[in-house]
Amino acid sequence: MTIQVATFYLFAGLLLAAGSFTILSRNPVHSVLWLITAFFNAAGLMVLVGAEFIAMLLVIVYVGAVAVLFLFVVMMLDIDFAEMRAGFVRNFPLGVALALVLVAELVLGLGAYQAGGLALPSQTVGAASLAVDNLAADGSSASNTAAIGALLYSRYLFLFEAAGIILLVAMIGAIVLTHRQRSSALRQNVSAQIARRPQDATRNTQPGVGEGVSL
Amino acid sequence: MIGVEHYVVVSSILFVLGVLGIFLNRKNVIVILMAIELILLAVNLNLVAFSAFLGDLTGQVFAMFVLTVAAGEAAIGLAILVIYFRGRGSIAVDDVTRMKG
Repeated sequence: MTIQVATFYLFAGLLLAAGSFTILSRNPVHSVLWLITAFFNAAGLMVLVGAEFIAMLLVIVYVGAVAVLFLFVVMMLDIDFAEMRAGFVRNFPLGVALALVLVAELVLGLGAYQAGGLALPSQTVGAASLAVDNLAADGSSASNTAAIGALLYSRYLFLFEAAGIILLVAMIGAIVLTHRQRSSALRQNVSAQIARRPQDATRNTQPGVGEGVSL
Repeated sequence: MIGVEHYVVVSSILFVLGVLGIFLNRKNVIVILMAIELILLAVNLNLVAFSAFLGDLTGQVFAMFVLTVAAGEAAIGLAILVIYFRGRGSIAVDDVTRMKG
């Protein structure tokens, strides 16, 4: 068994184990930690096939941002998680039945594909010519990141910008949803501060001896 | 020898785990969101494996777009969760039908 095969089985086994613990864990904090483990192992699997850019993106975006967001929300909300588990046993048969149906379908599809698959009649200008003029994933001298960048900023430029707009919309949406206007909070009123003049704010008085100033 | 079939099998199992997680934790929205992330991770793994198998980088570019949408979805979902908890004091999904208006 070569090192590649051993590493694949290590990553794949840990990925599936972490995925199982994510959905079975009693404490949602543990679920998030198992989810982080799953993402790390998936990133390892992606590095194994030479997709290091996506793998690093997965670690940065998911572990660095999404998982921390999950942890933050889980710890911030004060929830009785024991009560949340109430339907677990009742839903178990239905869930397992659905999972078995899905597994059977996937196994059937894979088996049918390996038995030869469907020979769909193809147009000659289809996928084959598209694959040729794309940059190859390996074999070319450019690194994975440079090749993805060359593809992303040329052919998929508009999709890339659309992805940026999606992120912007998600950011604005999350802020608008969670922002809370509290009347008790002390806020800075900039226009009132700028419009304030010395003659409105100060007053010269000459109080007599022993009288004091009435404010 | 590891082929693309191994990757397809692993990502299929991960996908099924995600669907199973949605059904098992029907009351807990946070775990449902995490199960959705697992499903999207399985899709990404499939895209990357076939990208390497076919020698075509398009799969990896689309995995990036899937990642973008997944991040936005998690942010919006958790924001909805926070305001829902603020209003009701619980995150029981069964009561969400009362949320109109």
